[in-house]
Amino acid sequence: MVDQKKFTVSHAPFWHDGSCIRSRSYHTMLAALPAVLFGVVRYGMPAVGVISLAVSSAMIWEYVMNRIMRRDITIGDGNAALIGLIFAMLVPASSPWWMVIIGTFVAIVVAKQIYGGIGGNPFHPALVAVAMLMLSWKDLFDFDAALVNYEFDFAMAYPLAALKHFGTAAVENFTPGALLMGNQIGAVGTPFGLGLIAGGLYLIVRGFVRWEISLSFLAGIFVTAFIFHQADSARYAGPAFHLFTGYTLMGAFFLATEDSSSPVHFIPMLIYGAGGGILTMLIRNIGIHVDGVVFALLVMNIANPLLDKIRPKALGKVF
Amino acid sequence: MIKRSFLGLAKPKFEVQRIGLPLSEVKEVPMPKQVTLMLKKPPERMAGTDTVALSPGETVRTGQKISLSSDSETYVISSVTGTIARIKPFAGDFGNAFIAITIDVTSPEVFDEAFAKRAQSLDPALAGAFLSALPGNPAFSVFFREETPVTTLGILGIEPDLASMTRRFVLSHQKAALQKGIEAVKAITGVDRVVLLVPQDAGMDFKDMAAEVRTVAAAYPGTLPKLLMKDVFGQTVPAGKTCEDLGCTFFSAESVAALGTALETGRFPVEKVITVTGKDQKPVVVTAKIGTPVKVIFDELGIVTGHLDRVVFGGPMTGSAVYTEDYPVLPDTDAILVQDKTQIPPLSQYPCINCGECVRICPARVPVNMLVRYLEAGRYDEAADLYDLHCCIECGLCSFVCVARIPIFQYIRLGKFELSRMHAAEAHHG
Repeated sequence: MVDQKKFTVSHAPFWHDGSCIRSRSYHTMLAALPAVLFGVVRYGMPAVGVISLAVSSAMIWEYVMNRIMRRDITIGDGNAALIGLIFAMLVPASSPWWMVIIGTFVAIVVAKQIYGGIGGNPFHPALVAVAMLMLSWKDLFDFDAALVNYEFDFAMAYPLAALKHFGTAAVENFTPGALLMGNQIGAVGTPFGLGLIAGGLYLIVRGFVRWEISLSFLAGIFVTAFIFHQADSARYAGPAFHLFTGYTLMGAFFLATEDSSSPVHFIPMLIYGAGGGILTMLIRNIGIHVDGVVFALLVMNIANPLLDKIRPKALGKVF
Repeated sequence: MIKRSFLGLAKPKFEVQRIGLPLSEVKEVPMPKQVTLMLKKPPERMAGTDTVALSPGETVRTGQKISLSSDSETYVISSVTGTIARIKPFAGDFGNAFIAITIDVTSPEVFDEAFAKRAQSLDPALAGAFLSALPGNPAFSVFFREETPVTTLGILGIEPDLASMTRRFVLSHQKAALQKGIEAVKAITGVDRVVLLVPQDAGMDFKDMAAEVRTVAAAYPGTLPKLLMKDVFGQTVPAGKTCEDLGCTFFSAESVAALGTALETGRFPVEKVITVTGKDQKPVVVTAKIGTPVKVIFDELGIVTGHLDRVVFGGPMTGSAVYTEDYPVLPDTDAILVQDKTQIPPLSQYPCINCGECVRICPARVPVNMLVRYLEAGRYDEAADLYDLHCCIECGLCSFVCVARIPIFQYIRLGKFELSRMHAAEAHHG
C-alpha cells in the first residue's frame, strides 16, 4: 500500500485570505521608498551607503541570531530588512559605518531576537537602536554638524534645533509647504514629508498599519503644539511646523504603528497614539532633547500591554 | 477562495452561496456498490466494546434501523438493501468514536416497513425511535428533556458555512415537503414557536408556511446559530452555554423537508442533498444515498483527486478534512470541498505578530491576539478565565485572516476540548 494516495488532513478553516508577513514587510518597505529615494537624491552616495549597510547588516544579524538560537532562518520574511531600512531612515546620511552596524545590532539582537523574535519585541527595534545611539554619541545625531559638508539652496539649520535654541523667530522661514517638500535638513528618510504621507496613506489604505494610531498620534501633536503656541508664540512653534519636522511623520506612519509594540483595540490605539503625540510635544517644548518622537514612542511602547487591557466586552461574557 | 481585498481597510465580506439552481442541474449519484454507515457512540460508551445488534453476513433492508446492541436509542438507518460486509470501530476527531458498518448493496431494493407503521401516529416517541437519523441529524431530544426544554425551533433555510447551497436548494425546490414537515414537527414536539429563517434574496413567498418567517442576510458569519440567536431572536448566548440552554434550537430545512417527504411516502429518507465544490471552485448540487463513499461522487462528477490533495466535509470555514476517498457521506454532510494540493494555503510556525487582524474581524469581540498566546502555551484555564475562550462562536475567521498563518481556530477548538475533558474528569472523580 506504499503507492496509496494520501490526502492532506488538516483543520478548519481551509481557506485563507492570502496575507502573509513577507508581503506585509515588503509593502511597508515599498511605502517608505518615496522618502528613501528622496534622501538618496539629496544626500547622494553616503545615504546609499548608510541604507545598504543598515539593511544588509540587519539581515546578517538576524541570520546570525537564527543560527545561534537554532531557530528557523527568518530573514526571508523581510522583517529584519524592514527594521534595517527604518533604522537607516532615522540616522544622518553622514553616519560612520560602525555606528550603523552597532545600531542594527542593537535593533535586531537586543531589541528583537532576545525577546523571541518577530512579535515578541516590546519596543520598536529601530527606536531602541536610535535611542541608544542618540544617548551614546550625541554629536553624531546633531544634524547641523553631521551635514556640515553639504550645500543646499535652503536654510541649512535643523529646524527643531533652531527652534529649541533661538525660538520661533529662527524658524519663520520654514513654511509648511517647504517642509513638506523636503526643504529642510534631517535624517536620511525623514525630511520629505509629502513622501512619508503618501507612504503612510498607502499603508493605511492597504490595511498594513492601523489608521487609528497614526491619526491619533498626529492629532496629539497638533493639539498639544497648538496649546503651547497659543500660550507663548515666541517660544513655541505652531502645529504645522511640528507636524512636518523631525521624526513626526516617520513616527506617525512607520514607528508608532509597529505591530508588536502597539495596541490592537480601538480605544487603546487612540490613547497610545495621542499619548505618543502629547509626550513628543512635551519633550520638544520643555524637555532637553531636540526631538521627542523616539523617547515618547518608547514610553508608549511600555504602556502598550496595559493599554490593551481596555477592550470591549466579549459576546456573551458573563461577568 | 476569497482573497484579501486590495483595500485592506475594508472588512472582508463573505457571501453565502446564492446561486438559484434549476432542478434539472442536480445530478443524482447512482446507487454505489457498497455503502458505509457511521454509528456514533454516545460519549459515555466511548471506551466500551459495544457493537451493533447485527453481525456480518446478515441482510438489511432499506430504511431498516441498525442500533447499538446495548442501547436501542443509538442507531443508524440503512440507506440500502444488502448484506453487512464489515463492522469496524472508527476513531473520529476530538475523541468521537464511531462504529463503521459497511454494507454490500444487493438488488432488488426492499423497503423496511417499520417506519411506515410507526409513523401512523405523530408522538414524541417517534422522534426518539427514528427521526434523529434524518438527513441533517436533527436533535429532537432537546424538546423532551427535563431541564429547560426547547420552546423555539429555528429552521435554517440558509447555510451556516460558505460554499454550500444545500439548504437553499431545499427551500426553493421542496417547499411542499417543508410545509408538511413543519406541521409534523409541531405535532411531534408540541413546540410553541417555529421560525423559518430564509435568505434575504430568496425571491419566494413563504406566507403559506405554518411558521413565522424571518429573513436573514446571507453573509457569513451572521448565519451561525449563536449569531442568529443574537440578530434574529435578540438573545445573547452566555459564554459556555448553547442556544439550547436558552430554549432555542436550529434544524436544517433539509431535515424538516425530509420528514415531510417521509410521512408523505411512508419511506424513511435515505438520500442527502450535497453541494460538491471541485478544484474548479464551481459548486454543484448532487443527491446521493447516505453512506455513499465520496469516491463514487467524485467519479460521477469527473473530479480527479491526487496525492496530497485535500477533501473537506462541510464548509471551508468549519468543516473537517478526511483522509480517504472511502469516507462516506454522513446524514449531516451538507457540503464537500475538494482542494488541489496547490490550492492549500500553507500554515507557518510563526508566533503572533500582534497585527490585530483577528481582533478586528472577530464577531464575538474576543481578544484573539492574547488568547492565542495562552493557547499556544497550553494554558487553557487562563485562556478561558482571562481572555474569553468560551465566548468564541467558532467561525474560523481569525485563522482565515491571520497574517502569521497560525492555526488559531484549531488552538481554540483544542483548548475548549481539553478544558471540557478536564472538567469531565474532575466531575467523574469528584
